[in-house]
Amino acid sequence: MADAAKMQISDEVAIQITGMNKWYGQFHVLRDINMTVQRGERIVICGPSGSGKSTLIRCINRLEEHQQGQIIVDGTELTNDLKNIDKVRSEVGMVFQHFNLFPHLTILENLTLAPIWVRKVPKREAEETAMYFLQKVKIPEQAHKYPGQLSGGQQQRVAIARSLCMKPRIMLFDEPTSALDPEMIKEVLDTMIQLAQEGMTMICVTHEMGFAQAVANRVIFMDQGQIVEQNEPKEFFSNPKSDRTKLFLSQILGH
Amino acid sequence: MSETHAQTVGFTRNDMLPPLPPPVTERGAIKWLRENLFSTPLNIALTLFGIAVIYLLLQSALPWWLNSVWNAESLSQCREIVAANAGPDASGACWAMIRERWHQFLFGFYPPEEWWRPVLAFGLLFAALAPVLYSGQKRSLTILLCGVLAYLVLTLYLAGASGVVFALALLLVLGMLGLAQVQPGKLLWFTLLYPALTFWLLWGGSIWSPIVAMAGFAVLYGVFRLASPLIGLAPAAGAGVVAAVLWWLYIDVPVVEMLQSALPFSIPAIASDQFGGFLLAIVIGVTGISFSLPIGILLALGRQSDMLIVKWLSVGFIEFIRGVPLITLLFTASLLLQYFLPPGTNFDIILRVIILVTLFAAAYLAEVIRGGLAALPSGQYEAADALGLDYWRAQRLIILPQALKISIPAIVSTFIGLFKDTTLVAFVGLMDPLKGVTQIVRADIDWKGIYWEPYIFVGAIFFLICFGMSRYSMYLERKLKTDHR
Ligand SMILES: Nc1ncnc2c1ncn2[C@@H]1O[C@H](COP(=O)(O)OP(=O)(O)OP(=O)(O)O)[C@@H](O)[C@H]1O
Ligand SMILES: [Mg+2]
Repeated sequence: MADAAKMQISDEVAIQITGMNKWYGQFHVLRDINMTVQRGERIVICGPSGSGKSTLIRCINRLEEHQQGQIIVDGTELTNDLKNIDKVRSEVGMVFQHFNLFPHLTILENLTLAPIWVRKVPKREAEETAMYFLQKVKIPEQAHKYPGQLSGGQQQRVAIARSLCMKPRIMLFDEPTSALDPEMIKEVLDTMIQLAQEGMTMICVTHEMGFAQAVANRVIFMDQGQIVEQNEPKEFFSNPKSDRTKLFLSQILGH
Repeated sequence: MSETHAQTVGFTRNDMLPPLPPPVTERGAIKWLRENLFSTPLNIALTLFGIAVIYLLLQSALPWWLNSVWNAESLSQCREIVAANAGPDASGACWAMIRERWHQFLFGFYPPEEWWRPVLAFGLLFAALAPVLYSGQKRSLTILLCGVLAYLVLTLYLAGASGVVFALALLLVLGMLGLAQVQPGKLLWFTLLYPALTFWLLWGGSIWSPIVAMAGFAVLYGVFRLASPLIGLAPAAGAGVVAAVLWWLYIDVPVVEMLQSALPFSIPAIASDQFGGFLLAIVIGVTGISFSLPIGILLALGRQSDMLIVKWLSVGFIEFIRGVPLITLLFTASLLLQYFLPPGTNFDIILRVIILVTLFAAAYLAEVIRGGLAALPSGQYEAADALGLDYWRAQRLIILPQALKISIPAIVSTFIGLFKDTTLVAFVGLMDPLKGVTQIVRADIDWKGIYWEPYIFVGAIFFLICFGMSRYSMYLERKLKTDHR
C-alpha cells in the first residue's frame, strides 16, 4: 500500500529484545526471543492461540516478568527496579482485548486520571488534552458518560484515547478488535490506521490481515513461544517460508 | 395549544379525556386481593392461616398495648391503674418507667447539668458526617446541616445549655452552612477536628489535652514528610508512627499541664464510669465504625500483599480475631493491654473496649473487602499498571473505589453488627443500654419486676439507628451505580 511506504521509520531503536526466555512454572512460554523495533515501525504479530503473543507484548511493559535475557525499551532496561518499570510504563501505551476501562469513572475521568496523577499535569490541561484525543477518535460527545453506556467499539476507541493522553512513544495492542462485533471492528481499525499514519511506533497482536497489509511494515509469526518467521507484509502473505506459517495462513485466510 | 391551531381546527379534541376507571372487579384493592392473596387454593389456605396467626398475636398483645400507662410512680401503681381501667385480669404496658428513667437509657449516670455536652456532640456528629456521607452534593449537605441546626436549637434549649454554648454551637453550624454553599470540600476539615472536639466535650477537662493529642498527628505527618525523601515512604511512615507514639506517651501530659497552668481553660471532667446507655453505645459504635474501615482496608490489602511478612501478619491477625468470640477478647484484653503498657498508666476502660471492638470489626471488614477485591477483573489492575500508576495510587483511584462499592451491603452489615455488639460491653462492667441500664432500673424497688418495656424501648431505638444505616447503604448503592448494563 502507498500509505505504508510513506510512513517514516527512523534508525533510532525503540525496543531491543535479546535472548529473552520466559517460563510459567515448568512451561516454557517464550523461547529465545530476539527482536529489534525501530522508531516508527508498525509491527503485526500473529500466530495460533497459545503461541505466546500476548505474553511477549506484555513483557514489553512488564505486565509479565521475563526470567532470562534483556528487554530495553527507549534506552531503559526492564529489571526489578520499580523506577525503570514506571518510566517504561509511562512511555508505552497499551490497549487490551477487553478495553479495561475504569467503569466507576466517566470517560473524561478515565482519560485524565493517569496524566493528572502520573504526569502531574494540571487538571484543566489534562481535560483539554483528553478532549483533543476524544475528537480524534470521534466521540467527544461521550465525554461525560460512563463506560458501561458505550458500545464496544466506542469503548475500545476510548481505551486508545486513554493511552494516547499519556503521550506515549510506543503503543502496544493486544487483539484490540477480537472482542468486537464485526460492524465495530472497522471503526477501531480506522483509528489505529490513523495513528500509524502519524508515525506512532506500534506493535499489534491481531488476526486482521487486512490491517496488516494496509499499515504494517513487518509481520511476525509466532508459534510455540518462538518467532518462526518475519517479513514485510507483501512477502509474508504471498511467499511464506516455513510450513507452519503456510498452514496458519491457509487456516486464517482460507475461510 | 397555539391560537391559530385552536381556531382553524376547532373540531379536533384539544384535551385528552381521562381514562375511565376499570370495572369494579379489576379495580384497586379487590383486584390486588384476588391476584395476590386468593389466586390458588394453596394461596387461599396460606392467607387464612396468616390471618389466624395475626389474629392470635393481636389478641394476646393488643390489650397490653392499649392499656398502656404513662403516668405512674411505680410498677405497682401502674398495675393498679390498669386494674381500675380494664378489670383485674387485664395486662398493660407500664411506659411510666420510661418517662421517669429515659435519661438513664440515654446518658447513664452522666450528670444532668452536663447533658448539653453529649447532646451537642451528637448533633455535631452529623455535621461532621455530612461531607463524608454526601460528598459534593450541596443540596443534601444543606438539608442535613439545617436538620442539625434545628436539632441543636431544640435539644440545647431542653438540656439547658448556657447562652455562650448556644451561641457558639449555632455560629459553628451556620458557618458550616455558609461554607457548604461556596466550598463544600473544605467541610472535611471539621470532620478531621471532630474526634478531638468530641473527646473533649464528652470527657471534659482541660481544653489543651485534645489539642496536644491532635498535635501528635501533626508530629506523625511532619516526621513522615521530612523522612520520606531520605528513607522512602514505608520506613518514613513507620518512623512517623513511632514519633507520634512517643509524643503521646511521654510529651503529651507534661505539655498539657504546662499549657493549662499558663492558660487555664477547662470544663468539668466526667469519668468513664458515668457513661452509659445509648451515649456509651454510640461513642463505642461510631468510633469503632470510623476506625475499623481504614484498618480493615489495610488488612485486606496486606493479605494480598507480595511481601510475605505483611501477608502472614495480616492473615494471622484476621484469622485469630475471627476465631475468638468478642466477649473473650473483651475479658482478656483488659489484662493484656495492661501488660504491654508502661506500668502506672491506667488505661481507660471505654478506650480499651473501643480498641477491641474496632479490631474485631476490622478483621471482619478485611474479609468482606477481600471479597470485593477478588471480584474485580484482573484487567483493572493491568490497566492501572499499564498507565504507570504506582501501587498506592492504583489502589486508591481504581481498585478500592470499585471493591468497596461491591462490598457496600456487606460492609454496612458489619457496621450494624458492630453497633449491636456494643451491648456486649455489659460483660466488662459498662452500662450498656440493654443489659446494664435495664438491670439498674429493675434494681429499683419501684420498678422491680418490669420486663418487656425496657427491652422494647431499647430495641426500638436500636432498630431506628440500624434501619437508618441500612437505608443509607441502599441510597449509596444507587448513587454509585455507574455500570449501566
Ligand atoms: N498466568 C499464566 N500461568 C500459566 N500459563 C499461562 C499463563 N498465561 C498464559 N499461559 C500460557 O502461556 C501460553 C501463551 O499464552 P498467551 O496468552 O501469550 O498466548 P496467545 O498467543 O496470546 O494466545 P491467544 O491468541 O489465545 O490470545 C498459553 O499456553 C497459556 O496457556
Ligand atoms: Mg492473547
